[in-house]
Amino acid sequence: MIRTRALTKDFPVGRDPSRTVHAVRGIDLDVAPGELVAVLGPNGAGKTTTLRMLTTLVRPTSGTATVAGLDVVDSPDAVRRSIGYVGQGNAAGHGQRAVDELVSQARIHGLDRRAARRRADELLDVLELTAQRTRKVSDLSGGQRRRLDVAMGLVHSPALLFLDEPTTGLDPHNRANLWEHVGRMRTEAVAETGAPMTVVLTTHYLDEADTMAERVVVVDHGEIIADDTAAHLKADLAGDRVVVTVGPASPGGAGLLAETAARVEGFRELVARDADGVTVRARRGDAYLPALLRAADAAGLVVETAHVHLPTLDDVFLALTGRSLREAGAADPASGTTTDPGSATRPAERTAA
Amino acid sequence: MTAVDAHPAPSRARTPRHLVRDTGIVLARELRPVVRDPFSVVFGLVQPIVFLVLFGPLLVGSLGGTDVLGGSVWQWFVPSILVMTTLFGTSATGANLLFELQTGAHERMLVAPLSRSSLLVGRALKEMVPIVAQSVVVVLVMLPFGFQLHLAGAVLGLALLAVLGVGIGALSYALALAVRKQDWMFWMVQQTLLFPLMLLSGMLLPLDSGPRWMQVAASVNPLKYVVDAERALFAGDLGATAVAWGWVAAGATAAVGLVVGIRAMVATTD
Repeated sequence: MIRTRALTKDFPVGRDPSRTVHAVRGIDLDVAPGELVAVLGPNGAGKTTTLRMLTTLVRPTSGTATVAGLDVVDSPDAVRRSIGYVGQGNAAGHGQRAVDELVSQARIHGLDRRAARRRADELLDVLELTAQRTRKVSDLSGGQRRRLDVAMGLVHSPALLFLDEPTTGLDPHNRANLWEHVGRMRTEAVAETGAPMTVVLTTHYLDEADTMAERVVVVDHGEIIADDTAAHLKADLAGDRVVVTVGPASPGGAGLLAETAARVEGFRELVARDADGVTVRARRGDAYLPALLRAADAAGLVVETAHVHLPTLDDVFLALTGRSLREAGAADPASGTTTDPGSATRPAERTAA
Repeated sequence: MTAVDAHPAPSRARTPRHLVRDTGIVLARELRPVVRDPFSVVFGLVQPIVFLVLFGPLLVGSLGGTDVLGGSVWQWFVPSILVMTTLFGTSATGANLLFELQTGAHERMLVAPLSRSSLLVGRALKEMVPIVAQSVVVVLVMLPFGFQLHLAGAVLGLALLAVLGVGIGALSYALALAVRKQDWMFWMVQQTLLFPLMLLSGMLLPLDSGPRWMQVAASVNPLKYVVDAERALFAGDLGATAVAWGWVAAGATAAVGLVVGIRAMVATTD
């Protein structure tokens, strides 16, 4: 469905080539039909620029990208016909009525007047916006407006849907609601086209990528640094952390505990050790912990507390980059919902002068 | 297949039939809020009416009566007001696009299978509707004050304004696209250009009484020719040379506006 090779985007800054922003540096990405892929990374990592190249909004500096079998540079119009796109902003004009924008979008995608009206009403119904049918877009709530954006992206039942930070700014209830709708539209596509809709989304909500996506692509500094299922990424790159303390009954036992822990099946590395106990990274914490407790018992140690800390995608990012994704994201002042074609790319990375 | 540094031919694969269809869709979309909320058209009349009510009497007073400037002063001033309405309304219309650039609606249309040029042309053509509606209101309001209507001339006069409006509207959109990263620039540039263009068109006061350099400056202002043409048309003088020059000026404004606007629109995909 998507295939990119060495996809690159540079944004020149002024006339000085040394200040050029390398937003995307040679991304190779393959997405198979029916996949649900989350592109994760801090602001300025290049996720939005990548998405903008795949959706024909920005022309690549070099490299190739085919979307639905079509080259984004040679056949932008055909690509636009094949994809649905929900950008960071609102697809529907704020001065328009909800239904009018849906009809107009369906007309743009080649539906005749009657079919466009039918499709608009159908989508309003599915996305629970029938009551807002003739309301002005600016009068809708944030959640309603976002559902309308999704509806706008789906008028032509595309086989591939791009979602750029679809839930940013929504409260947890509306986020869950939106995902429910996207999930349902995706499976309903099976009935219409025989295959589930392919979805590529960017997000900076880690839990969302974790629970929603079947595959997570981690992007940093314009490059893909990891690409796997969330479960594999967490197991391979972060692993479970097992924290065990020994009580006063075993003074100075932390050293012995560390030695014991290293011998237990599933041990990966010692993360920290202090006077009270150790923190160990293990392949499967739930299996490792009972084995460790038995081994500690056999070694005569009195374990006081023990728990398993399950990894998050933030731990994955931390393991990959040494930085926390939360901090990396929060540090960027340019975050927001601006949709200007130029500034929304928010390149943060520059080459050394 | 390979994308290299240079990317010529920014948009393609839309046939002329598509262009007409796309332009029609964009035009219909732009007209919808105007039709649904006609008050926006009336609101655009506030400024011209202020000039009619607060400047018209001063003009009459300073010229020493209503029977000056080749007949009734209203016959001279109402065409000015029509051009002014067109200028104010269409030069500000880029703000609508600027708003949609910010909210995301324009981006959505860029990802949709629409030709870039129709995005501009459809928007520019829409300007004709408020212009004609507003002009009809102004003319009707002025009839009881002794404004004489020559129907054929008035119809041609409105058509001329519509062509001018398409041009100024297209330029306003081009400005919006050019300053989209510093949107405050839009009003600064618009206001900076608006008043010199207005004063150097002979809209408010006859240029004959101004110094020579002003007359020279005015001679390169397309608005001056349109104002002269409107006066001739609303006086029923359909064959006047000024009318021909008015069409040339309005046509040139429209042509330049559309070319500049389409280029700006195509360039938004960098």
